[in-house]
Amino acid sequence: MPDPPPASLLTLRGIRKSFLGVRVLDGVDLDVTPGEVHAVVGENGAGKSTLMKIVSGGYAPDGGTVEVDGAPQVFRGPRDAQRAGIGIIHQEFNLLSDRTVAENVHLGHEPVRRGLVDRRVMRERTGQLLASIGETTLAPDATVGGLGVAQQQVVEIAKALALDARVLIMDEPTAALADHEVELLYGLVRRLQQRGIGLLYVSHRLTEVFDLSGRITVLKDGRRVTTVNTADTNTDDLVRHMVGRELSSYYPDRATSDDLGPVRLAVRDAGNRKLHAVDLQLRAGEVLGVGGLQGSGRSALARALFGVTPFTTGEVTLDGRPVRLRSPRSAMRAGIAYVTEDRKGEGIVPRQSVLDNALLATRAVGAARSGRAARTRRVRELLATVEVRAAGDDQEIRFLSGGNQQKVVLARWLALDPQVLLFDEPTRGIDVGAKSAIHDLVRRLARDGAAVLMISSDLPELLGMSDRIVVMRDGRIAGELPADATEEDVMTLAVGHVTETDR
Amino acid sequence: MQIVQRRPLPLRRVRLRPGGVLPILAILAVLLVLVGIRQPSFLDPPSLMSFLGRSAPVILLAAGQYFVIVSGEFDLSVGSLVTAQVVVAARLIDSDPARTWPVVLLLLAFGALVGLVNGLITTRLRVPSFITTLGMFLILVGAVYLWSDGAPKGGLSEEFRRFGRRAIEDVPLLGRVPYALLVLVVVAVLAVALMRSDFGRTLVAVGDNPRTAQLSGVRVWRTRTVAFILSGLAAAVAAILLGGYSGVSFQAGAGLEFGAITAVVLGGVALGGGRGSVVGAMLGALTLELLFALMNFYGVSGALRSTVQGAIILLAVAVSATRSSSR
Repeated sequence: MPDPPPASLLTLRGIRKSFLGVRVLDGVDLDVTPGEVHAVVGENGAGKSTLMKIVSGGYAPDGGTVEVDGAPQVFRGPRDAQRAGIGIIHQEFNLLSDRTVAENVHLGHEPVRRGLVDRRVMRERTGQLLASIGETTLAPDATVGGLGVAQQQVVEIAKALALDARVLIMDEPTAALADHEVELLYGLVRRLQQRGIGLLYVSHRLTEVFDLSGRITVLKDGRRVTTVNTADTNTDDLVRHMVGRELSSYYPDRATSDDLGPVRLAVRDAGNRKLHAVDLQLRAGEVLGVGGLQGSGRSALARALFGVTPFTTGEVTLDGRPVRLRSPRSAMRAGIAYVTEDRKGEGIVPRQSVLDNALLATRAVGAARSGRAARTRRVRELLATVEVRAAGDDQEIRFLSGGNQQKVVLARWLALDPQVLLFDEPTRGIDVGAKSAIHDLVRRLARDGAAVLMISSDLPELLGMSDRIVVMRDGRIAGELPADATEEDVMTLAVGHVTETDR
Repeated sequence: MQIVQRRPLPLRRVRLRPGGVLPILAILAVLLVLVGIRQPSFLDPPSLMSFLGRSAPVILLAAGQYFVIVSGEFDLSVGSLVTAQVVVAARLIDSDPARTWPVVLLLLAFGALVGLVNGLITTRLRVPSFITTLGMFLILVGAVYLWSDGAPKGGLSEEFRRFGRRAIEDVPLLGRVPYALLVLVVVAVLAVALMRSDFGRTLVAVGDNPRTAQLSGVRVWRTRTVAFILSGLAAAVAAILLGGYSGVSFQAGAGLEFGAITAVVLGGVALGGGRGSVVGAMLGALTLELLFALMNFYGVSGALRSTVQGAIILLAVAVSATRSSSR
């Protein structure tokens, strides 16, 4: 640990923050001195964005203190943070593209003369501000929408400086830049340093971090792993600090006996062309994992329960009452939702908007008389809850990443308040960050009382997520395993070389 | 949902949203300029109004065809349906004005019924709609000949013909407003409202990916059948206007199905479904009619109409196919 240099500009102590019971930040300390570039690195989900939002007033911390120039601060919103001298340059710019540079820089605090905006003063001040950070080619009268990304970034920075920012947060500033523009940003960062501004620099790209920063703080799973002088470390060390979490922390906690409710879905001696003599019980609050090889009947089971290829024999009861699941519509009416393994082929409507995709099921079976506006509002809330990242809810869903598409699909089903959720390979083809978000969502749904059945070929996922596991083979249930089963246990049942003891 | 700014690359600002109406508006504007250069009087309100009235049937058929195409199907039967409607109307009205309204209602029911049959055969019997509606086309042609013993009988009442050939006279600024144009405006407003409703959004989703729609609880067969019914209804309204305008003949609706399909494709609607707007389809029809008017002004033979239509279909589909595969 290097000594923190004196006269810290910004000091964070013990910052804590949780969302929906999930701890995102756990006692993070950090400080920034004048003229310093302090880099913050960590994997997706390490808590960087949340920390930056707390510093810039977007979120209030659950605990800990934020001090500017040694004076404790309580930010009730971004404006308070601005007033305290903290500016943030988001990854996504916050500019009005039809307005000029000067209008954007002074947005919300325009110089006023006799009740009218004084455009001349506004232009002059903007020109001076731009010149002071070495930007001479950018005209204050230029329309922001016509500028390149790099220049828009300069406008964002000028906007922060116009509010007398002394601490500037840059969140992935190079993400949108072309290679040659990165050099320009480097120059800009150095001029900001010379002005004595402290920079918090969040980036994935370690090259930049080593090029620019004086100190580096590594976050992992919401905790500060270490803070090092950049000169004393190297890429390998840094990466070692960033990764390497334990399997146990990968998956959300399992259900406790308090979480488990009554049997919600029961299948007795049911079968169809692909399934034989299936007996199954699914309780409220639990995640039942279904393992087995490809073609063992796992998907056929989910599709039978959802009425796609219904059971032809046997009996299914929901909350003790017999139900006939003859079609997806009847299954949906009974409170069952199904997230397919073939997202592209049958999970999304690729060329329709995020919103249209999320509304699809509600429009098909939702109460016809429930107000359109209320319904749309609710779906928007759900999209926010599952944290879909998109350019807007009118963006075509095919342009989203697999993980975000899956979240939209999830929102579509959550809009129907399902009591039973069938997930078929919910994280297939999804990047690591979104994967754990889906895991958390699945577990949260169970904790809220839904009965969850989750099919997975990914054995660590199956074992990490499930409260109980059934393994299928040749259209039958080959056996059931407890939560602490091993990969070998699952495989043994799936291939069936060993005689099972429990049936 | 977290809103991420679309990358403000200059290209993105210019790039058109696929399926939008901007390209067809641009083409329409160019054609208008060309027409204005060659025949400035065409753009006078009275002549423009009657042009719009004349174009109304094709625009209506394009709207009807749009519903079917955007849901992923085709309706080739509309041309012969229009013919059948006109011939049936003439024989049933037999120049008796008192029968006008009952027959109008009957024609609408007839159109809906043909659409229903098309839809059920396509969705329930799983006959590709291309074949279903081609069959319906042939059946209607033959049935009409049979029913009228080879020559159209009877005649339309003056009241019936009013929709297709009369206008509200002495309207300030516009001169005369054809009834056909009023009908068109009403239908267009209804069509736009329908496409904004749950049914409309679901219809496009069905065309885009019927499997997803099915698994989300949409009754795909019902949705598509309704689209065929809408197309049949549009054909009935078009037949009423056309019968009034050009009279009774076995040629009344000949070739209209291809005109409608060309118009829809020109309007930016993807064949195979899932993309495009009903406004685009109707503008496509207007553009096509304007193109024919322009060809007329330049003395191009009317015989080239179908050649031009064919070229437009191929070109429009090729452009949209290469554009969508390049992303």
